[in-house]
Amino acid sequence: MRHRSKLMQREALEGFLYIAPWLIGFTVFYAGPLIASLLFSFTSWDLLSPVKWVGLANYRSMLKDELFFQALKVTTIYSIFAVPLQLIVSLILAMLLNSKIRAISIFRTIYYVPTILPAVVSAILWRWIFNPEIGLINLFLKLIGIRGPEWLTSSQWALPALIIMSLWSIGSSIIIFLGGLQGVPDYLYEAAELDGANLWEKFRNVTFPMISPVFLFNLIIGIIDSFQVFTYPYIMTEGGPEYSTLFYVLYLYQNAFQYFKMGYASSLAWILFIIILLLTLLQTLLSKKWVFYSGG
Amino acid sequence: MKNRGIVKLIFLYMSLILGATLILAPVVWMLSTSLKDPSHLFDFPPQWIPNPVRWDNYPTALNTMNFAITFRNTVYVTFMEMLGSTVSSLLVAYGFARMRFPGKNFLFMLVLATMMLPGQVTMVPKFILFRILGWVDTFNPLWVPAFFGRPFFIFLLNQFFLTIPKELDEAARIDGCGSFRILTRILLPQLKPALAALTIFGFMGAWNEFMNPLIYINSQAKWTLVLALNAFQSPLEPGAPVTHLIMAASLVVALPCMIVFLLAQKYFIEGVVFSGMKG
Repeated sequence: MRHRSKLMQREALEGFLYIAPWLIGFTVFYAGPLIASLLFSFTSWDLLSPVKWVGLANYRSMLKDELFFQALKVTTIYSIFAVPLQLIVSLILAMLLNSKIRAISIFRTIYYVPTILPAVVSAILWRWIFNPEIGLINLFLKLIGIRGPEWLTSSQWALPALIIMSLWSIGSSIIIFLGGLQGVPDYLYEAAELDGANLWEKFRNVTFPMISPVFLFNLIIGIIDSFQVFTYPYIMTEGGPEYSTLFYVLYLYQNAFQYFKMGYASSLAWILFIIILLLTLLQTLLSKKWVFYSGG
Repeated sequence: MKNRGIVKLIFLYMSLILGATLILAPVVWMLSTSLKDPSHLFDFPPQWIPNPVRWDNYPTALNTMNFAITFRNTVYVTFMEMLGSTVSSLLVAYGFARMRFPGKNFLFMLVLATMMLPGQVTMVPKFILFRILGWVDTFNPLWVPAFFGRPFFIFLLNQFFLTIPKELDEAARIDGCGSFRILTRILLPQLKPALAALTIFGFMGAWNEFMNPLIYINSQAKWTLVLALNAFQSPLEPGAPVTHLIMAASLVVALPCMIVFLLAQKYFIEGVVFSGMKG
């Protein structure tokens, strides 16, 4: 008995040694900064003058800050349109790519290519593609006799342009859906066909329930990603025109590293943290109603 | 019945080809622009096959980006980040998957929670921390944190460990192997595909990283490729007469990712699929 508990102690000690890098990293790079940013959010600091405790002033000025609400609005609109579109398009493409036909692996590779490009490269490329006079899209529209919009230089079209562009690099969610689809056993489809199910019924009653856990995964990741959009607006629009693409993280970055309002930026960061926390919790709760775990 | 099959097949191929065309058009456009003579940049209808082909756009673009130095910086940061995140995450995941210790489940929940936490939430205090350490305008903030385990990697490796039968460890333990030797001799060979996937994830992540270098690196001598690329294009309007050079530079920055992806596609895709399956 004594011997056994000694062995267990040794194992526990080894366990803590192995996870030590993460324990330290968690404290120094996650938990510590998270608490620190809560404290900073009650201060005013420009990195140069001494830190000043201001209580709730940052949060109060946030309520009066039109740009804060604009950033929330832009990010929410983007999320509401881009995430469902990405899910639908990537699911359809994954179902096409799931066919057992010749040369399918070449298509799978092609559909993934945009996803591996550095975000900066995609941003530069699409800035050129959206150019109103000489960009690829408006040149194509001109060929079929349509005058294309001003895209990134129009406050009406800049956000839709970024949403359209986000559909270009959905390789990861296609591949994840594909993995889910390949896990659906053939006999389920055969049974459905015997019952006379049509394409939609097969999707509704077999495919979707079987891949719903993967769908949930892509949905959660998609929403979290949509609240982290930074590189595209930073490079393509700088938040403009007229703040129409002022994404939340871009505004956070500007406050911290362009205006050096460290306290205000921290309070923005905490609000972002709370939003993401709530959204993820909400998803997990709602998912009990529609996600089906087979053989759990 | 047979006819229906053929119609379906044709429809399938047509949709796939249409999709592939839409997806590849921007990339082909980038390649085509990068080889154009500036006088043909604004042709209508657009010129898809450049004539004349200007190969010298590439050396010109690379010089403008200070390629020799920015490339070396990027390789250094990428290598350190890949090494750090893979090795540390391997050790941590091993601890979680194979050792019993108090509070393990709770701590693993924290790993999962941090996986969901966007880095931007802790961006400001991290900057202040690195500023106190005197690390602003050095490469350290870009790779040192990688040596403390990456939550996503820990999670994935943990799932992979669980697929390896525990009997393997136990047999080795009876033969007198310590836990570290069990990891390196017995488990590591089984984990090769997972580690390959993570190495590629690490490579792509580090090579493409924009926000961190943007925050921490100031002096031009320390720019990474994406910073140099951004600096090259940002003062210009799109369609400025150097667009061909910017496209050439962009392609060069993207090329290593494309090569790595094409070579190691199998591992990479398995890794992505696995992350979704177990999530």
